[in-house]
Amino acid sequence: MSVNVFYFAGLREALGRSAESVDLPVGVTTAGGLRDWLAGQHEAIRMAKNLRVAINQKMVGLDAAVVDGDEVAFFPPVTGG
Amino acid sequence: MTVSVQETDFDCGAEIAALSAGDDEAGAVASFVGLVRGGEILAMTLEHYPGMTEKALQEIVDQASQRWELRRARVIHRVGRLAPGDKIVFVGVSSRHRGDAFAACEFIMDYLKTQAPFWKKEETPSGGRWVDARESDEDAARRWSGGS
Repeated sequence: MSVNVFYFAGLREALGRSAESVDLPVGVTTAGGLRDWLAGQHEAIRMAKNLRVAINQKMVGLDAAVVDGDEVAFFPPVTGG
Repeated sequence: MTVSVQETDFDCGAEIAALSAGDDEAGAVASFVGLVRGGEILAMTLEHYPGMTEKALQEIVDQASQRWELRRARVIHRVGRLAPGDKIVFVGVSSRHRGDAFAACEFIMDYLKTQAPFWKKEETPSGGRWVDARESDEDAARRWSGGS
């Protein structure tokens, strides 16, 4: 099972990458679970506060399910307008 | 076309005129224009999430259309590098009466501020910095879910 993960804004800069393909580890079934697992891989995610998540380009909560093929994005709170 | 995300500038007068052109049921047009503030900011760069941005803006307009009787709506948000005084965002709506137009315009801006995936990075004399989200923007969006 793999998902395409995208990063934006300050998180993208801190990570030095804007996207990666991630093979979901067994037991990771939610956006929050994926964030926690990624935090173990990347210090920038560990240090990030108030990360927001979108699945398939829709803002969701951390309890939202992640399934094979999803587009998952993590980013800081938005500041447009 | 209701929603646009673009690098280029826009013409407020033309956008406002288009909201009621040929529609004699429209009795009110309300609009908002957001600008880059100066001060110690030399410029700012707006990043967005292509694909999601357009969907999020359309979703916000759809929600406004369900809450108020709107004739037309238009949202334009610029991305890329902007200088102080530049226009960032345009929101315009038309309706039969002013109450719906005023409320929907403010609702769309408040939701855009907290739901649409844009991020500002400011250039200052001491370097670049990402703008922090403001709690007051969250409060402004939340008041619409109270039952108003």
